[in-house]
Amino acid sequence: MTTRTATHPGPFAAAAPAARPIPLADIAPWAVFAFVVALILLYFVSTEQGAFALFDGMYVHEYVHDGRHLLGFPCH
Amino acid sequence: MTRSLLWRGLLAGLVGAFIAVTFALLFAEPQIDAAIALEARHVMPGMAAEPELVSRATQKTWGLFTAMGLYGTALGGLFAILFAALHGRVSRLSPRALSLLLALAAFVVVVLVPAIKYPPTPPAVGLHETVRLRTAAYFAMLALSVLAAVAAGWTARRAHKLVGVDRLLIAAGVFVGVVAIGQLLLPVIDEVPADFPASLLWQFRLASIGTQAVFWLATADLFGRAAERELARPA
Repeated sequence: MTTRTATHPGPFAAAAPAARPIPLADIAPWAVFAFVVALILLYFVSTEQGAFALFDGMYVHEYVHDGRHLLGFPCH
Repeated sequence: MTRSLLWRGLLAGLVGAFIAVTFALLFAEPQIDAAIALEARHVMPGMAAEPELVSRATQKTWGLFTAMGLYGTALGGLFAILFAALHGRVSRLSPRALSLLLALAAFVVVVLVPAIKYPPTPPAVGLHETVRLRTAAYFAMLALSVLAAVAAGWTARRAHKLVGVDRLLIAAGVFVGVVAIGQLLLPVIDEVPADFPASLLWQFRLASIGTQAVFWLATADLFGRAAERELARPA
């Protein structure tokens, strides 16, 4: 009776024993890379030619217009 | 290992975004068109309409695909890194289950909570002069939500002496508490024109949040399947 939880681990329990974690030293450089890439991509989708502008005109703003509204970023 | 997970995350995000676009084309674009039609009616007769830089046809196809694709790729990559860091550390969940739960958390933290304070707005809502304030406020809200989630995770880790349900409750309490105080302090932004139809606003916001839900669900499932195969491979 006391080990009920162990015999009924629930729908989200793993089939296999605990997996070995990926060493953080292996993750760190890729984390930095992913973060920088995400920052650049998200800047152009969310903010360029809105609150800030690296390029003149409104072309980028108008091009991603619908996505910007839909994703909830402040647009006009 | 991280490299292959990241690659799969970027790809899953891109494909997930394209799946979300099909939803958006069906449910959100009609609302955006209706809002633009309203906006056009507000332009005074006789006043020259602004020249159309990018046609509506381009905006709702190539533009939407590009914006969503970039967004999906960026978020998919970050998602993969978070997954790599949490896999095997916080729980014994299978890769697919961890991926889905992580996406649910991401949807709440990145989409729902910021949208409670600053909901997505259709065209014709929002003053051009305040875009800087609104951008700063929106990103502050987003950062606050992420910080609150980190604080909740940290609390759950510290409260390891409690049983699972209590840890969950305490973590949720920390998250909701930090978010609620932050939302109280951040500036109120209400720029919906008085004659903007409430039903259109509701439909747009529902479609916008639905698009995000489709994106996160599709991305998490695609990534979870790929990650499960990848992690099962002998190293």
